[in-house]
Amino acid sequence: MMRTSDLVASAGRALRANPMRSALTALGVIIGVASVVAMVALGSGAQAQVERSIASLGSNLLIVVPGSQRGGGGVRMQAGGGQGWDTLTLDDAAAIAQLEGVAVVAPSQRARTQVVANGLNWNPQVEGVTPGYLTARDWEISQGRMFDDTEERQARRVVVLGNTVAEELFPNMEPVGQSVRMNGGAYEVIGVLESKGQSGFGMDQDDIVLAPLTTVKRRISGRRGRGDSVSQISVKAESEDVLNRLQEDVENLLRQRHRTREGEDDFTVQNLSSITETAAQTTQVFTYLLGGISAVSLLVGGIGIMNIMLVSVTERTREIGLRKALGARQSDILHQFGLEAVTLSVAGGIIGLVIGVAGAWGMTTLFNLPLVVSPLNAGLAIAFSGVVGVVFGAYPAWRAARLDPIEALRRE
Amino acid sequence: MSALIEAKDLVKLYRMGDETVHALDGVNFTIPKGEYCAIVGPSGSGKSTLMNILGGLDTPTEGRIVIAGNDIGEMNDDDLALFRNETVGFVFQSFNLLPRLTALENVELPMIYGGVLPKERHERAAELLHRVGLGERMGHRPTQLSGGQQQRVAIARALSGKPALLLADEPTGALDTNTGTEILGLFNQLNQEGATVVLVTHDHDVARATRRTIEMRDGKIVADHPNNRETRHDAYV
Repeated sequence: MMRTSDLVASAGRALRANPMRSALTALGVIIGVASVVAMVALGSGAQAQVERSIASLGSNLLIVVPGSQRGGGGVRMQAGGGQGWDTLTLDDAAAIAQLEGVAVVAPSQRARTQVVANGLNWNPQVEGVTPGYLTARDWEISQGRMFDDTEERQARRVVVLGNTVAEELFPNMEPVGQSVRMNGGAYEVIGVLESKGQSGFGMDQDDIVLAPLTTVKRRISGRRGRGDSVSQISVKAESEDVLNRLQEDVENLLRQRHRTREGEDDFTVQNLSSITETAAQTTQVFTYLLGGISAVSLLVGGIGIMNIMLVSVTERTREIGLRKALGARQSDILHQFGLEAVTLSVAGGIIGLVIGVAGAWGMTTLFNLPLVVSPLNAGLAIAFSGVVGVVFGAYPAWRAARLDPIEALRRE
Repeated sequence: MSALIEAKDLVKLYRMGDETVHALDGVNFTIPKGEYCAIVGPSGSGKSTLMNILGGLDTPTEGRIVIAGNDIGEMNDDDLALFRNETVGFVFQSFNLLPRLTALENVELPMIYGGVLPKERHERAAELLHRVGLGERMGHRPTQLSGGQQQRVAIARALSGKPALLLADEPTGALDTNTGTEILGLFNQLNQEGATVVLVTHDHDVARATRRTIEMRDGKIVADHPNNRETRHDAYV
C-alpha cells in the first residue's frame, strides 16, 4: 500500500520528467477553463449591467404610455406624438394619484428641440415634467436645484440639464446660472442632474433637458403637445409588493376612464421590474450559451489529457511492469496515473482561472461592464477541471493498472 | 532445513491460436530454505514460465506451489502484489532500473509500495548499497553507472524487502565475463549470509556456480542434481 505523500511525489516526478509535454497538455485545460471563466464572467457582467441600468430608470416604477402594445412581445419605451397617441391626459394622472399604494405620479410631455448656448447647439430630449418626476425616477440633482411646484404652475422659463447636455453646452464653465435658448426663448439653467449613464436599451439617459411641464406644453411642444394630453405618466408605487396589483388597478382605472375593453386598450402600462426580469433572463441564457460553448474547449482539453496519458502509458509499459514486479498493486498504478491526469488538469484549471479572470477583467473594462467573478464560479471551474482529469484520466490509468507485468517487462 | 518452495504437479497451459502449449507439464520439486540453485534449460523449456510463477507474476493452470507459506494458485491480484513486495526479490537480465531515479531512489522503490516511512527507507537503501559495494555512488543515476554497478543496485533493490527468496533471471546475461563472475560472487556471498537464491539461466557455466542444478526441457524437469565442489566452476566460487 503506497503512502499518499509518495503517490503525490511520484506523480509530480513523472510530470516534471517531461515538462514541455505536461505544459502543452495542461494548455488544453488552461484554455478551456480560461474561456469558461471569462465568458461566464462577461455574461454575468452584462447581466448585472442590464439589471443596473434598468434599475436606474427608477425602482417600483410603472410607466404608462399611450397606444397599445400589440402581441405582448415588444416593449415600447418611446411613444409620443402622432395621431392616436394623445390618449393620456393630465386628468388620467390625477385619477391614478388617487389609487391605493401610489407614492408619486409624474406626468410628462416629451419634445425635441434645438438647445443653444454659448454659440454651441445640441439636440437633446426635452422633457416637460412636474417636480415629482425626480422622485419617480430616483434621480438626483448634482448642482443647483430642481424647479418647484410654483415654478411649474407658473410656466417659468427654467431648465434642469442632464449631464451630457451640460457638458456639451458648457464645456468649461458652471452651467447653473447660465441661460440657454430653445424655440427662440431664453431659459435659465437652475440645476444639473446626476449622471445615470446608458439605459438598458442603449440610450444616453443624460441627454435630456427637464423643464416645467406647463412651460413645455405652452412654449416648446408643437400643436399636438397642447391641451391636456401627456406623452407619459410615471407612477411610483410605495413598495415592490404592491407593484403588480397597482399595475392592474391602473389598467382597470384607465379602461374605465377611456371606456375601452381589455384587449382594445389605447394605453400601455409598463412594469419595469418585469422588464428587468425578462432582460435578466435573456442575458442569463446568453451567459449559459457562452459558458456552454467554452465548455466544449474544456472537453477538448480533457481529450488532450487522455491522449497524452495513453501515450505515456504505452511509453512507460516497461516501467509499469517493473513497478508491478516490485509489488505495486493495480490500485497503486491506477492512483499513480490517475493522479498525474488530475494534477495536470487541476493545475491547468488554476492557471486557466487566473487567465480567465484577467481576460474577463480586460473585456469588461473594454466594454465598460462590471466585473462579476463569484467565488462559487471560480470554485466550480477548479472542481470541473478536476472532474475532467478524473474522467479522462480514468481510462489510461485503468489500462496501465491492467497491464500484465510479464508482457510489460518483456516490452522494449 | 525446512522447505521454502514446494511445487507439486505444476502445469501451465498457454493458448497460441488453436494450439495449446504445455509450458509446464507436471513439474515437482522442493527447494529448502538457504538453497542456492539454478534452473537451466534452453529457450522454450519452460524455465521462464516457472520463474514467473515462483515470482508471483503468474499462476499455475494446475497443480500447487507453496512459497514461504503462500499458495500462489489461490492468491488474488492484490495478494500477489503483496507477495512480490514482501517475499520475493527480483533481479533481471537488463537490470530494469528507472533511469530518472538515483541508485538510492531505485533501491527505495519497492519499499515505497511497501508503505515504509521515508527515513527508514533511506537508511535501509543506503545500508544495502554499502553492502553491495556502492556506498560511494548512491546519488548516481543508472546511466552514470557501469553494467556491473547497475546490477548491484538491482540486487540491493531486490534485497530491500528482506525477501525470503531472491529470484534472478539471467543476472549475468548482459554483463561481460569478469563482471558476471563478480555478480555471481555476490550472490554466493548473500547465500552464505542466509539468503535463498534461485538463478534462472540457459548458461551451464553460470548454473555450475550454484549448489544445485534443476534442468528443464519441454516443460519437464529432466535432471535435478547437486553441483559438488569439484565440478563447480572455480572462477565462481
